[in-house]
This record gives sequence, C-alpha cells and structure tokens, in this order.
Amino acid sequence: MAGDTLTVKGYIQHHLTNLTYGKLPAGYERVDYETGEQIVLTEDTWTFAHGGEEAAAMGFNAVHVDSLAWSFGLGLVFCWLFRRVAVKASSGVPAGMVNFFEIIVEFVDQNVKDIFHGRNPLVAPMALTVFVWVFLMNLMDLVPVDVVPELMLLLGVPYQKIVPSTDPNITLGMAVGVFFLMLYYNIKVKGFGFVKELTLTPFKHPVFIPLNLFMEVVGFLAKPFSLGLRLFGNMYAGEMIFILIAALFSGGIGWMLAAGLMQIGWAIFHILVITLQAFIFMVLTIVYLSQAHEDH
Amino acid sequence: MELIFVAAAIMMGLGGLGAAIGVGLLGGKLIEGSARQPELAPRLQGTFFLAAGLVDAIPIIGVGIAMYLIFVVAA
Repeated sequence: MAGDTLTVKGYIQHHLTNLTYGKLPAGYERVDYETGEQIVLTEDTWTFAHGGEEAAAMGFNAVHVDSLAWSFGLGLVFCWLFRRVAVKASSGVPAGMVNFFEIIVEFVDQNVKDIFHGRNPLVAPMALTVFVWVFLMNLMDLVPVDVVPELMLLLGVPYQKIVPSTDPNITLGMAVGVFFLMLYYNIKVKGFGFVKELTLTPFKHPVFIPLNLFMEVVGFLAKPFSLGLRLFGNMYAGEMIFILIAALFSGGIGWMLAAGLMQIGWAIFHILVITLQAFIFMVLTIVYLSQAHEDH
Repeated sequence: MELIFVAAAIMMGLGGLGAAIGVGLLGGKLIEGSARQPELAPRLQGTFFLAAGLVDAIPIIGVGIAMYLIFVVAA
C-alpha cells in the first residue's frame, strides 16, 4: 500500500488477498480511498473492497473479480489455441504446433481409454478441457509473484491474485461441477441401481441400510471435496513459498542472491508439481465418472 | 505463541515422514514391478506418478499451512 510502511506480514497478506467486488451493508464505516476521510455508508453499496476486513463485511454478496477474470481468460486462451491448431490439422505429417497439440490430445485420449470403460463421447473432450485449463491456471504460478500485482497497483487496482487455482472458490467450484456430472450419470446410467448402490453396499442386508447409506453418502461427498482441496492446497502452498522467498529480497544483497537461487530452484520443481496436479485432477475426474458409468 | 512454532514443526515433520515412507515404498515397488515385467514399465510409471502426486499433496499442504503459521500468524 502506498504511504504505509511495508512489512513482511503486510506484503504477504497483500499477495494473498483477492480483488473482491461486493455489497457493503448500510451503516458500514470505511475510509474513502481517494480522499482518505472516514465515511459512513448511508445505503447498501456495490464496490471494490480495500482490504480483508471490508471483504469480510461483504459476506456472501461478493465475487473475486481477479480469479474469475483470469480463469475465464485462460479458458478462452485454451479454446482459441486449440481451435487455431484444429483448423490447421490434416491427415499428413504434422509440423510444429500441430505436432505438440496432437501429443497432448493423444496423451489425454490414451488415459481416458485406459481408465474409462463406459460409453460416453463427452468424457474425453471434458478430460482434455480439465487438463489444459487446470494446467494453464497453475502455470500462472510461474509468473514472478510481484510483476502483475505491482503493475495493477500502478493502474490503481489495489489487489490482484493471478493464480486462479490458489482460490478455493475456483477449485471447489470445478469440483462441484464434477460432482453434478457424477450425480447425473449415476442416475442416468444406473437408474434405481444407484439407490441400491447407496443402501446395499458394502453390507447386503436390509438391517444395515442406515449404516450403508451413511458410509456411502459420506464417501460420495468426500470425493469432490478432496478433489478441489487437493488442487487448492498444492497451489496455495506453492504460491505461499514463492511469496516467502520473494520476501527474503528485503534482507540485503547476500539474501537477494540466495533468494534468487531459491526462487529458480522452487520454480523448476514447481514445473513438475503444476503438471502433476493438472494430471491428477484430470485422472480423478475420469475415475469418478467411470465409477458413475459402472452398471452391474 | 511459541507453541505455534512447535505446531508448525510437528506439521512439517510428521507430514514429511509419512510421505517419505509412502513414496519410498512406492518407488521400491515400482522398481520391483518393472524388474519383473520390463514391458509394463511405462504404464507402471504413469500410475506411479499419479500415486506419488496423491501422496505428495499432503506434506506440501502441511508445509504451506506451517509456513503461513510461522510467517503470518506468529509474526
């Protein structure tokens, strides 16, 4: 923040705050950002939050603008890139970009063939979307932590978190999407068999119905939850470590060299992590949908 | 307040210990499996990376939370 002295704690918290747009309730006291005066809101106001407290006061009526913008933007980048390559593809020998994208498509296709045994033409394209989209969102983690937030600060935007997958709203949102697909296909493929699966496994006796139901429902709900939290936790921890190393740059010339080396080392290791997490998200999505298609 | 550091240390230490044992077993079994059936090695490797990623998540999350505790909550 301009004017305030920069502390390590403030620096880290600034980097971990989303740009939030939401409704402040009437009667809320806030500091006017342009004039610096204390004002009391006379009516409900839709505005950008300056700081975590205001974002907390907004409660449910708030959206993280930066996460939404970056994730939708990256989704568009994915669609545009793949379309551009797809119209160029021919039955001849592929070259350059086409070659690279064919490797990705074939890799995803092979994985779907290995894991998914049902019949559904939508699963492979969805797996490709999930894989590339999550990968692109994770890739934003490799952009140096200060570049975009500082540029945005110059433009007058107070906060900017550029890695959408470090926002639990995005990862859990995707997981909930997978969850609804699971529900839909479970009911569509199994019909009444889905109820049987929830109530009569693992103990096949009417006495055990409540116990079975409890265990199966908990297991069913835990799937999307762990799916979203795994991606979030990995990316959040990685981002946290990037920020902490960046905070070392304030420690003098010796620390700067050490921090630079650590930053490079962690970034190289992180290339593995982001690919692996995107891969795991894709594989688990396919596995869950495959389970939904298994009709006995 | 000092207990936060102990908590963070336990979090990182036990998480790392468990994951290290897990990945160790996993790698050992991968080598064993591919020595028995070398033609399956590429497929086993794919599954290995998947499982290693699943195991890897827990200590990394632990390290992230521990770092947050040390440098933000305790600072």
